[in-house]
Amino acid sequence: MKYIDEFQDPGLARRLLDDIHATVTRPWALMEVCGGQTHTIIRHGIDQLLPDQVELIHGPGCPVCVTPLEVIDKALEIASRPGVIFCSFGDMLRVPGTGRDLFQVRGEGGDVRVVYSPLDALEVARRNPDRQVVFFGIGFETTAPPNAMTVYQAKKHGITNFSLLVSHVRVPPAIEAIMNSPSCRVQAFLAAGHVCSVMGTTEYPELAARYRVPIVVTGFEPLDILEGVRRAVRQLERGEHTVDNAYARAVRPEGNPAALAMLEDVFEVTDRAWRGIGTIPASGWRLSPRYRDFDAEHRFSVTGIDTREPAACRSGEVLQGLIKPHECEAFGKACTPRTPLGATMVSSEGACAAYYLYRRLEIPTAKTAPLEATPVV
Amino acid sequence: MCLAVPGRVIDIGERDGTRMATVDFGGVVKDVCLEYLPDLRVGEYAIVHVGFALQRLDEESALKTLELFAELGMLQEEFGDPWEQAEQFGGVPEPDPTHPEDVPREAAQQ
Ligand code: SF4
Repeated sequence: MKYIDEFQDPGLARRLLDDIHATVTRPWALMEVCGGQTHTIIRHGIDQLLPDQVELIHGPGCPVCVTPLEVIDKALEIASRPGVIFCSFGDMLRVPGTGRDLFQVRGEGGDVRVVYSPLDALEVARRNPDRQVVFFGIGFETTAPPNAMTVYQAKKHGITNFSLLVSHVRVPPAIEAIMNSPSCRVQAFLAAGHVCSVMGTTEYPELAARYRVPIVVTGFEPLDILEGVRRAVRQLERGEHTVDNAYARAVRPEGNPAALAMLEDVFEVTDRAWRGIGTIPASGWRLSPRYRDFDAEHRFSVTGIDTREPAACRSGEVLQGLIKPHECEAFGKACTPRTPLGATMVSSEGACAAYYLYRRLEIPTAKTAPLEATPVV
Repeated sequence: MCLAVPGRVIDIGERDGTRMATVDFGGVVKDVCLEYLPDLRVGEYAIVHVGFALQRLDEESALKTLELFAELGMLQEEFGDPWEQAEQFGGVPEPDPTHPEDVPREAAQQ
């Protein structure tokens, strides 16, 4: 176990791994929901340190990846219009729409700006009263409250040249969709810690009971992941299926009440299309009627876009954990971070990007391959 | 984008009726909205995501996380120049995937 030395606390990592090895008696498949966790796992070769019986399946928790192509195309169209300043987080710049991306739109003269916070986009609107400022509001339950606050502030201060292109998604309905799928192999979930920092854990007991699936709230550091796996495997071996919080330092059961209240005020739950997966009922948010004036889709009528998914891209299957990225034919050939066919290859949380960046280029034949083959940074 | 970073509050004030703080993320200083953690005080740590403090964090775990993120280049990813990062994906020659030493992003970042 060469690479265990690179863990922050190698002694603790070894103890957690030993405990997992000692506990496992049968094969189990665990899904880590969050793309940030996927990157930690691949970067540190955690999947290869685990016993052969424990398989980690990568989940749909990359907000950039699941944003539908149609919404990306709308963003590109709005960003190219004269008089518009289009603000976005940096992750969206290289996400391919049909034929181009935001990076190229800027090259063609579009005023595309990257902001660190949605409040910065509101500031841009304040300073440019004669322009329309649009913010690309994507993301899970961690990003939705900041975006909600920004729209709330815009309304409060009467800033009328600001709007949000909204494509927010929610984790619990995605878990439900995965469990309902006939091809589902997932037996336990490592739930995304930062989503739970906001939402708390109240949505999960019902899911755990209904699908008889352990849900362990897990953080993002290598040791957090090992601890999450350890607790999930322990429940599976005992035949339990409860919600367990392994990230208590950042997650309280009630979440963040102020953020939840703001979400409730500004957004309403809606069905959402997930790129490569399809529409999941009640899986997203849109602006509630009181804030509809700030909806970019209402403000800019964007029609007649010919949205075309690249046929070769299998990111839908990757996002549902049905295949691993390097099982896609295009992986590392037609599709690389510089010539991405799907968002999963360019997003900082995308599974295809993780496999490419950390050199998981070949389909492994067995987990017993020498650990030196694992490129850990 | 969903990965939040812990930071330490160094100053608290108000901007347009909104509670804001100056927060230090291992050397990078940013404005952060405190509306979701209104009772956070100077000297305390919080998990910050896209400019919003979302949950308190104890000092020990905050420092450990920051150290790890710095080591892994993730602070650079979060606070570095996004156009430059996007360009690294778009403008340089294709790496040869058969060459293990041709590690695209890591090499370019250091
Ligand atoms: S490797 Fe590229 S083409 Fe294949 S699933 Fe991933 S993003 Fe799509």
